[in-house]
Amino acid sequence: MNIQIKKFYYGDIPDDKAGGNELKDSKNPPSGGRGADWPLWEVFIRSKQGLDHKHVGSLHAADAQMAIENARDAYTRRMEGVSIWVVESKYIHASNPEEAGELFEPAIDKIYRHPTFYDLPDEVNQM
Amino acid sequence: MNESLIRYALHLADNSLILGQRNSEWCGHGPVLEQDIAITNISLDLIGQARNFYQYAAQLINNFQKLESSKVSPPAGGGDLEGASEDSLAYSRKEEEFKNCLLVEQTKGDWAQTILRQFFFSQYQYLLFQQLQNSKDGQLAAIAEKSLKEVTYHLRWSSEWVIRLGDGTDESHKRMIKAIDELWKYTGELFEPASYELRAANEGFGVDVSKLKEPWQIKVSDIFSEATLIPPSGGWAALMQTGGKEGKHTEHLGSIFTELQYMQKTYPGCEW
Repeated sequence: MNIQIKKFYYGDIPDDKAGGNELKDSKNPPSGGRGADWPLWEVFIRSKQGLDHKHVGSLHAADAQMAIENARDAYTRRMEGVSIWVVESKYIHASNPEEAGELFEPAIDKIYRHPTFYDLPDEVNQM
Repeated sequence: MNESLIRYALHLADNSLILGQRNSEWCGHGPVLEQDIAITNISLDLIGQARNFYQYAAQLINNFQKLESSKVSPPAGGGDLEGASEDSLAYSRKEEEFKNCLLVEQTKGDWAQTILRQFFFSQYQYLLFQQLQNSKDGQLAAIAEKSLKEVTYHLRWSSEWVIRLGDGTDESHKRMIKAIDELWKYTGELFEPASYELRAANEGFGVDVSKLKEPWQIKVSDIFSEATLIPPSGGWAALMQTGGKEGKHTEHLGSIFTELQYMQKTYPGCEW
């Protein structure tokens, strides 16, 4: 018999492990009733207009609206942001750390891919 | 004008302080960590509003006393106002001197009751501050304008929770109905002006709260219908409890004071 063991890495959470399904069944409310039953969301904050959204952390919420409001209260209390993105963690797929060798190491000895072999005019600063 | 302005500012401050204090009881006890932070944020917003109104009231009281020191006693209901400050107004006045409405002093109950009270009050405050922005009194107008953004968020947050619980599970629906039964009788007072509110409205620095009743009912009906909830029997005409704004409170205000005022009563003037 072929037994497969699958490990889950951060962010790569399948539906049945992501929680939240209990709430969809109103006939059988979750016995725990606590936030652990709510799905996990990843939060991205844009600190200034023009900058990109950066991952700042994660939180539990019952729906997207609540996730944005929770993120507002947890991550923008000190004027950290002007825009919030949230995405349910189960929709984020992560690379497998065990495959880091084949994924990333081949790039190590390919320094010619860096644009360091060109002579840049002095006027060009931001490269 | 000055005395009714002082009372009016104290009334606005007391409402915010007492609800802020009540909500703060959730700190460390929220149903989930994220909502613990949310309700605590709202507490801090409310206490911030209270500070603004108390600071203004203290300034008015001190000016008033300078003017009148030789001839009359300080305005009744102001407590021991020798050198009033935001702290003395919050920590040294007695129960019957507080002018908050009965709604805000009720116990926090379960999450449904806290949510519903916040929704009732935020909807009221939202309408109130929209009008108060146009107050003839520049300071009240400025505080209202600043607070309105916070209140808009409180209203949005609590409305969504009313819908979520009302239209949620059988259990959450049941709890919302219980909360409505518990709190409905305290909503009428919001729209029955106290003596100083009448004078404030007549003199152009306050809001005629009786005019807020209809828009409040319309908004509450909208959210209730989305939440599959209905007003209790008696509806809008149900018998209402009043008196808080004139200093006649329920037993619950006293229990708030045992925490709120304990330190200043035990160690007067203590600082840390």
